[in-house]
Formats: sequence, C-alpha cells, structure tokens
Amino acid sequence: MDQTLIAQAVSAVSTIVTGVFGCVAWFWLSNLALDAVLPPRGPKIGRNLARAAAIRPWLFLGPALIALAVYLVYPIFVSIWLSFHDSRGETFVGLSNYRWLLADGKFHESLRNNALWLVFVPTLATLFGLVAAALTDRIRWGNVAKSLIFMPMAVSFVGAAVVWKFVYDYRGEGQAEIGLLSALVTSFGGTARAWLTVPGWNSFLLMLVLIWIQTGFAMVILSAALRGIAEETIEAATIDGATPVQIFFRIKVPQIWGTIAVVWTTITITVLKVFDIVLTMTNGQWGTQVMANLMFDWMFRANDTGRASTVALVIMALVTPIMVWNIRNANREMHG
Amino acid sequence: MRARGAEGLAGRSSALVWAVNLAAAALVLLWTIPTLGLLVSSFRDRDQIITSGWWRAAFSATATDFVRAGTAADKNREGDVFVISRNVLPPKAELKSWGVSSKAPAAYAPGETAELKDGQRLTVAENGDYRLTSPTAFAEGRGMRIFVTTVAPPRLTTENYARVITAEGIGRAFLNTMTVTIPATVIPILIAAFAAYALAWMRFPGRALLVAVIVGLLVVPLQLALIPLLKLHNQIGLNQSYLGIWLAHTGFGLPLAIYLLRNYMVGLPREIIESARVDGATEFQIFRRIVLPLSFPALASFAIFQFLWVWNDLLVATVFLGNSTDTQVMTGALRALLGSRGGDWEILAASAFVSIAVPLFVFFALQKYLVRGLLAGSVKGG
Repeated sequence: MDQTLIAQAVSAVSTIVTGVFGCVAWFWLSNLALDAVLPPRGPKIGRNLARAAAIRPWLFLGPALIALAVYLVYPIFVSIWLSFHDSRGETFVGLSNYRWLLADGKFHESLRNNALWLVFVPTLATLFGLVAAALTDRIRWGNVAKSLIFMPMAVSFVGAAVVWKFVYDYRGEGQAEIGLLSALVTSFGGTARAWLTVPGWNSFLLMLVLIWIQTGFAMVILSAALRGIAEETIEAATIDGATPVQIFFRIKVPQIWGTIAVVWTTITITVLKVFDIVLTMTNGQWGTQVMANLMFDWMFRANDTGRASTVALVIMALVTPIMVWNIRNANREMHG
Repeated sequence: MRARGAEGLAGRSSALVWAVNLAAAALVLLWTIPTLGLLVSSFRDRDQIITSGWWRAAFSATATDFVRAGTAADKNREGDVFVISRNVLPPKAELKSWGVSSKAPAAYAPGETAELKDGQRLTVAENGDYRLTSPTAFAEGRGMRIFVTTVAPPRLTTENYARVITAEGIGRAFLNTMTVTIPATVIPILIAAFAAYALAWMRFPGRALLVAVIVGLLVVPLQLALIPLLKLHNQIGLNQSYLGIWLAHTGFGLPLAIYLLRNYMVGLPREIIESARVDGATEFQIFRRIVLPLSFPALASFAIFQFLWVWNDLLVATVFLGNSTDTQVMTGALRALLGSRGGDWEILAASAFVSIAVPLFVFFALQKYLVRGLLAGSVKGG
C-alpha cells in the first residue's frame, strides 16, 4: 500500500514537472526561434522588426487560442451536430431528439425545477448576502464573521452535500434523531420525515445548500460595493433625519444596483449548471431532477449522446442571454 | 429638550448596535452549524453517531433499548432451578436502570431483583450480567424482553480519520486530487498570462474581437463540452488520463484566467512598459521582468480560484479521469462512499473533512487574494 502511494507520488511529481516545463519551453523557444529567423539587427532590421511584431502576438496567444478553440468552441458545434443524430452519433435523425425532449416528462420536471432554482437561489442568496454585508460592515468582528459566512465557498458541492445530508438525516420512528432538521422538528412537537423524499419540499432543501454556498460570494462583492458609496450621500441623509434602515434601502441599495445585477447573474449561471448537489443528494429522484443532472444521466447511464447533447444545448441556450449581456458590458468598458 | 433628544438618539443607537451584533451572530451561527455538525461527528464513535445527535457529543449518551433474554436453548440447570444468564450491555456503556415491560422500562435499579410470573426471578447486575431463574423449564420460543437504559460516556476519537485515510481509499484519492490539481492550476496560469499580455499590450488586428469572444466563452456550460471532448480524447488516444484532465481543466479555466489577468495588466502604468520598449527590451523581456512580477496579485487570485475549482470539481474528473479506484479523485471517492456507505456517518464525515481540509486552508490563508479576484471580475459561475 505504502509503496504504491510512493510510486504514485513520484510519477505525479514527474508528470507535473514535465507538464509545466513543456509550457515554459514553448514560449521561450518559440520566441528564440522568431528572433533567430527575423533578427532585430542587420541590414533588414526595419522589415524584420515589423514582421516579428506582427507574428509575436500570435506566439503569445497561440496555446491559449488553441485550447479555447478545442475545449470550448469546437464542442459547441459538435454538440449541435450530435443533437441531430441517434444515441451513438451515427445516423441522422433530424429533429427527433428535440421532439423527444419536448414530450419527455423528466425534462418537464427538470425545466420546472430549474425555473424554481432560478427564482429562489439567486434571489435569496443575493438577499442574504446583502443582509450579511450590511450587518458585518457595522460590527467590530466583521472580518471574522465574513470569513465564516464566506467559508462554504471553499467547500466542494459534494462536500456540501455530505454536510447537508447529515442535517437532513432521518432515523425513523422510535429512534433518536441525529439530523438537525429532524431533531428541531421533533423538539417542537412535529413529526420528522425522510425529508429528501418528500416531493415539493425536497427541491427547496437542495436549493438551501446552494444558497448556503453562494451567500458568502454575494456578501463579499456587495460589501465592497457598499463601502464604495460616497459618504456625502449618507451624511446628507443622516442630517435630514433618515433612520439607518431608511438609509440602507433608500440611499445605499439604489446606488449598488449594478453590482447586485452582476451578483445575480453570476449566481444564475451557477444555478443553470448545478449538478453535483442533485447528483449526490437525491440523484434526481423524488421529483428533484434538474437539467444538468438529466444531461449527465443520458450521457452516462443511457449512453445516448444525441439526447444528452440536446439537453446540453438547452442549457447553453438558457445561458446565452447572459453571455450577450456580458459581452456588451465588456465592450462598453473597453470603449467607454 | 435638545439634551433629551441626543440621549434618546444615543440610547437608540446602542440598542441598534446590539441588534446588529445579535443578528450577525445569528447569521454566522446558521452558516457554520451545518459544517460544525459534520466536524464534531467525524470525531465521534460510530455507535454514538447513530444513537445521539452530534450536539450531544460532549454529554454522556443515554439510550433505552431492549435485548431479548436467551431462550430455552440457552438454559443451564443448577440443582432444581433453571437458569439463563448472559449480559445485556453493549460495549463501553454503563447500566442506569432496567425493566421488564415497555410500560415501565426503567422500573429497577442495577442489582435489584424482579419477581415475575410463575415464580421466575430476574436480576440484572451493574455490569450488565443478568440471571433469569425459573422453578420450571422455560417455554420454547423467543426470549423475554429486558429493557435497559444505558449511559455511554462521551468518546471522541481520531480512529475514523485513521481508517478513511488508510482503508477507504481516501489517502489514495487525496494524492490523485493533488496530481490533478497542481498542473491544472499552473498550466492555465502560464498560458493565460502570455495571452493576457498580448491582449493588453500588443497591437494587432482583431484584438477587440478576441476579447469579446473570450468574455462570451466565460459562460459556456461545461456540460456542452463533455461529450465532444471525451470522444476527441478517445480518438487521439488520450483516453482517460491525467494529461487529458489537465488539458480539459486548462481549456475550461482559460477564459476566466485571461479575462482576469488582462483586466489587471491593462491597468499597469503605461510609462513603465513604454520606456522599457524605448530602451530596447524585447516583448518577452518586458513580459517576464516587468509585467509578470507586477501582476502577482492577479495571478494569485486566479490561482486560488482555479485551485478551489479543480480541487472541488466532480464533473470534469468523472468524465475525463473516470471512476476507477486508482485514478479516482476525492470528490469522486466521496460520492462513491455516499452511495455505498451512505449510513456509515463516521466514514462519510471523516472523508468529507479530509477532502475539504485543503481548500479550507487555502481559503483562510489566502482569502485576501480571493476577494480581490472576485471583485476584479466575477463572471464565471463555477
């Protein structure tokens, strides 16, 4: 056992070193080669410099562009192609995958659940983040509090699933409940249930996990935005006799709408891709299916690339408006 | 009048300070309690995890249960009485009280003797040994129920950790995760730094378009990329290998890396770079000697992002590395444990903590850079 571990550690280190050095070698050697072919001296120095200046950006950009093209652009087109083909990607089947999708009950369930996730998770995470930012900015131990609320960001979705499965655990009648939720409910006289199997409720329990993770992110960004507000506006409001609550909602929040929108859309993208939480906690059973997990199901359990690609394209289509919005914002920043 | 007004204001503001502190404390508690529960549980004894909530970990666990007495087959004959004697206690527990009916499960103290019907007598000693005697032969069938209330002392242990690291494959998975994460963090930084420099400081046609494309690629869902890339990897012989997953994570991480680094590099003072050019420095030298060192904060914040993202990733690892035990990463191992050992909380809890220990450490140690990166451009949603 120990020996295999050591052997693996050695091979890991050696592959790490080769991988990283390979990268460095490319940039270094390609630049050397360019300078050797078009030397910045001698009789043709002017022409050489101009040519080298035209080529060099592409040496710097090359690996990145190739990686982006292969890993992000190419898959979009292959997915479109696959969505018009059968489960093994061999025979052209026209729109039949799309027709299947529109009629599929599980897809409808996923759409419904994704819609619920899209409404509740960004809203509540942003709201809690705003409240947390407002509170922690006013207390002495604010930084400690921020760290603790932010901490779930560092926990993997699977780790979070374990944490929350324990909260939602249900032992059954006659046994002491060890899940916090069940224990709380029983101590207030209610009846504990196998929470994750109760259709309707269980989706919200899963959403809670993502809200728990994302609130810290919202808090950090919004807190910075709140601190960036011009002091004068707040002073003016205080002199006019506004209460702290009024100042917060009437003066501060309107000034950070832009940031709230950024936080909101970022969490929205995360929600559309949410997969690990559902996979590990319920695996889409009991009415909790979402699109990303549906796609995973069709890909790995059914081995149907046609249908899986079709589902993936739906996710892509839903993300596209955000993508357009992002590009517009970035362009405005560049030119404005 | 004025004085009273000021006093009232002061009173109200100290009440407000209290309210804010309390509300913040409540929020922090809500956010930390779930993790705390798992942390405490990971140090508890397996029997105690399932019999009492983790919030009772510091107290003795009192449990009432019943055991069935031995049956006629276990009897001994001592003179003219029939005797069944055994022990009712689970290991490491003390007997608090006992009884013979569900209506009064704690009717007798240890050492007392209960008179039962047909002249039978039952004595349960403090150490759990019991002695059931009868003047006549015992009837065939199931033994009678003896209710026992036991107290198990709190017991915290690191055995769970020792066990998951060695026996449950988590140690192996930890190394696999390291093998995936380190190159998958370093390679994209290298590639992206060069690209970001070109996009920020070199002039060439199509630069603005490239930046727009990269911003657009920030939100492409990973799900879309999985099938085509897995096919591609299989075609070119990469199959499911470390090289494959590094390349995949590099590709997926690049848009954010380029975006963050370019935004940072654009903001560097133009004079420094221009004067270096005038002095005859090559682009490569400017990049390596000036831009790279100055961009350290941005590099650090992306490194943390990418590290956390790769370490915590399940999807890409499942697809590009597979689920076999010799290459499985920690999230995959944890997911497998959730399926196969979903009831073994001591294993799950300890495994989960091994898997989140490193990201938590990185997080708390380097939070400053993470926050800075988030503020610089939070567009990628995980």
